[in-house]
Amino acid sequence: MAAETQAPATGAAGREPNHGLRMAVIWLILAVAADLVYWFVLGPNVPPGHLGSAAQGQQFDINVMSVMCIPVVLFVLVYFGYALITWRHRAGDDEDGPALHGNARVQVTWITLTSVIVLGLFAFGTYELIAPAGSGSGEGAAPIWNAPGARLTVAQQTAPWVPGKQALVVQVIGQQWKWTFRYPQLGGFETPNLVLPADEWIQFNVTSLDVIHSFWAYQLGVKADANPGVDNVAYTKTQRPGRFTVRCAELCGLWHGAMFNYGKVVPMSQFQAWASATKAQFASVTAILNRCVPYATTYDPTVIKQKCSGPVMVKLGLTSAGGGFYPPQDPSQP
Amino acid sequence: MSLPVRVGTLLVAFLAVVGVAIFVVIHWLLAGPQVITATSAPGNHVNLVLQEDPQTTVTDRPDWVSYFIQDPTTKQWVHTTLFKVPAGATVNVTIYGYDGCTPPRNPFFGQVTGTIGNVEYVDGKRLSTLDGWYSCTIGHTFSIPSVGLNVPMGSPTTVAANNALCTSSPCTSGPHATMKFSFKAPTTPGNYMWQCRIPCGGGFIDGFGGPMQTIGYMTGNMEVAS
Repeated sequence: MAAETQAPATGAAGREPNHGLRMAVIWLILAVAADLVYWFVLGPNVPPGHLGSAAQGQQFDINVMSVMCIPVVLFVLVYFGYALITWRHRAGDDEDGPALHGNARVQVTWITLTSVIVLGLFAFGTYELIAPAGSGSGEGAAPIWNAPGARLTVAQQTAPWVPGKQALVVQVIGQQWKWTFRYPQLGGFETPNLVLPADEWIQFNVTSLDVIHSFWAYQLGVKADANPGVDNVAYTKTQRPGRFTVRCAELCGLWHGAMFNYGKVVPMSQFQAWASATKAQFASVTAILNRCVPYATTYDPTVIKQKCSGPVMVKLGLTSAGGGFYPPQDPSQP
Repeated sequence: MSLPVRVGTLLVAFLAVVGVAIFVVIHWLLAGPQVITATSAPGNHVNLVLQEDPQTTVTDRPDWVSYFIQDPTTKQWVHTTLFKVPAGATVNVTIYGYDGCTPPRNPFFGQVTGTIGNVEYVDGKRLSTLDGWYSCTIGHTFSIPSVGLNVPMGSPTTVAANNALCTSSPCTSGPHATMKFSFKAPTTPGNYMWQCRIPCGGGFIDGFGGPMQTIGYMTGNMEVAS
């Protein structure tokens, strides 16, 4: 660019100013100013916020990308504006512009710079995926990037929780059209309300009882598909008390739009009080759950029926957990 | 063919197409089940009576399970799942469960929530939880998620009763359970969807298709009027 604009001066107009340097200075001032304003004013308010480590990481990534993009946009605008003002056609000026020649130094600089940027972003992106344990996305049943204190085997997930040492396991169960949440380390109670303690690693085990859903705790930065028969694990570390929305992000039937709720992050003392009260509230239904399915990462009716059906159910040929579970003939439509 | 005839033919054809389109829109797309207004009772109470049947012989989907709502004026059963209640009213609900038992996919929905006292009365018996996995106790549920209401519907409990269910809808006789409960209607006017949570759409994926996804059968709207 500099070589092209620093062409030899034309005779009639006298010595041409260094257009490349002018543009570079204008661009640099604007870019630094815009980036500073973005980083310190807009950046901290960019969604999804910083209620969880995954959300915080996503906000940081968006801010880094924006700080890199803003100068590019400004460069295009500065060049466009400068060219309109400086190089527009003037009456009586029919002279050709200077000839363009290759410039090895510019080419080497360009290739080197862009290579460094691309490789740097690759390293940065990889680090950002690993450090916050998968950045809040579902990693399947065997996550590659685990949170500190994460517990993956069913036996580990049902052992009593030790705050600060282990991740709190929350099983997220999608069903048309409601999310329920089971806390296997806290007695295995299930509740329609998602409440989490602040400043703790959370392990979400996401599954579905019917069709495909997608668990999206927006302000926590967590999004994981809920598939029937699949245990999908996602992590985040809660940062501070606050409220977040829980939505289904996968079109899942007639009332998909109604499949949302609010969750909250609360201080540890409040969380423990809530857990005790909820455990008592749902004690009767928890007893049924624990008798039939103490805890399972997925719920397969063909397994459940062998454990729980009473004599009348057996005579009627009914499974304990109603409905099929994607038998070979599904989807069948009468 | 002369020009006027050709123009006339074109015009008639055009009008025919438009007419068919209007008929389709009005007759099929805009047609919906009737809305039943709950009857008023003293003390800002309203009464609502429903039944759930193992079939819908009054429609072209006779093998679909379905709810019916009783018109409080004529006492006739109407094939609809749309009803209207006043904002903030106490809604006293009676539901006749003529369908047999189907175990819930998630036994969590065997717990009564959102009713006054978090209880229902099944054949006069006060209950807060029904174990639909072990016993033949739950036919369907009546759930309004946005107000936290979930009421499991009782069913005939014996093998004999489940093999002798009513075969013509709306049911007027046959084995059934009677559920009674009350809940507070929201104070904010609007439409609140309600649904059944038992996989009773036999023949569809996981039992959650067909009638479970069709307004007028196992899901509908509660219109809260100001």
